[in-house]
Amino acid sequence: MKELLDIFLASFRVGIMTFGGGYAMLPILQREVVETRKWVTEEEILDYYAIGQCLPGIIMVNTMIFIGQKRKGNIGGIVAALGTVFPALIIITVIAALLSNFADVPAVKHAFAGIRVCVCVLIFNAVLKLWKSSVVDWKCLVIFIAVALASLLTDLTPVLFVILSAAAGIAINCLGVKNK
Amino acid sequence: MILLRLWWEFFKIGLFSVGGGMATLPFLYDIADRTAWFTYDQIADMLAVSESTPGPIGINMATYTGFTTAGIPGSIAATLGIITPGIIIVLLIVAVLDRFRRNRYVEAAFYGLRPASTGLIAAAGVLVVGISLLNVDVFRETGNFADVFNIKAIILAALLLYFTRWCKPTKKLHPIVFIAASAVVGILVF
Repeated sequence: MKELLDIFLASFRVGIMTFGGGYAMLPILQREVVETRKWVTEEEILDYYAIGQCLPGIIMVNTMIFIGQKRKGNIGGIVAALGTVFPALIIITVIAALLSNFADVPAVKHAFAGIRVCVCVLIFNAVLKLWKSSVVDWKCLVIFIAVALASLLTDLTPVLFVILSAAAGIAINCLGVKNK
Repeated sequence: MILLRLWWEFFKIGLFSVGGGMATLPFLYDIADRTAWFTYDQIADMLAVSESTPGPIGINMATYTGFTTAGIPGSIAATLGIITPGIIIVLLIVAVLDRFRRNRYVEAAFYGLRPASTGLIAAAGVLVVGISLLNVDVFRETGNFADVFNIKAIILAALLLYFTRWCKPTKKLHPIVFIAASAVVGILVF
């Protein structure tokens, strides 16, 4: 029970601190579940994140379900999902009830202009950390560059990139063995 | 029964929108066409609110729609609806994946997936840089190259980089500290 409560609290913290879309969650996630609680490794985060991209639903919620599941089975996964959405549920309900023009308030606009700058820096730091556990040789570097460029320059769905890079991983490793 | 319908409509969004936040938009427009729950304008408002609050856009939209349609029970029903498919599917995937975790092909696939995952995140970072550190719109209007850079934002970014990476006493602080500080700087200076 105590562990489930901890899963709920950890995912609640990730949910409430995620400003500016799903990507901003990564630095928070690294801090809360990799560094502080040591529930999962950087590699596992990347695996969950990649699979989460290809599954229906919300990437951030899916990633948290993986982590909750690993910690405490199916019930842990469900608790993690509820914890992640709980802050948004409260905040949006309050905004819908009280502040219909919330997004037009000048102070809110300026605060978020500042937050977005911070999100840039946090994502940059997150990428540097993830780099060490994902780009382990030049073949990985090629995949990294190809996916980053394709994602910036085309409108194709990320699902496609994820499937192709998984296929590339299999081709590199499993066909490479045969060549020897 | 309105609660069940809210749950079902958002269950369908949760089931069919693959690839995150913006993938939910076409489904929201479809609901706007079919029901009287909200209008296109409200979807635009909601996008703005989502950018100004924590939480994923899909969840925010579900909560907002649920609340305006059927009060607090409505916001809970719609939010549970959008996350139900993810819960079921992720738990099924985990069950399968656990069995094949040590499989050579699964390991090889993850070898390719990890740099791809990092690449997607890096690309998202570049997009945020474009929105927050550069003024591409102003540059297009004035044609003056100096207008491309949002100087105040770039100075803030450089300071944040220093405090999160090199400055020993602050480097280990929780990311939310830097987010809060940037919000204050934004209100005071931007």
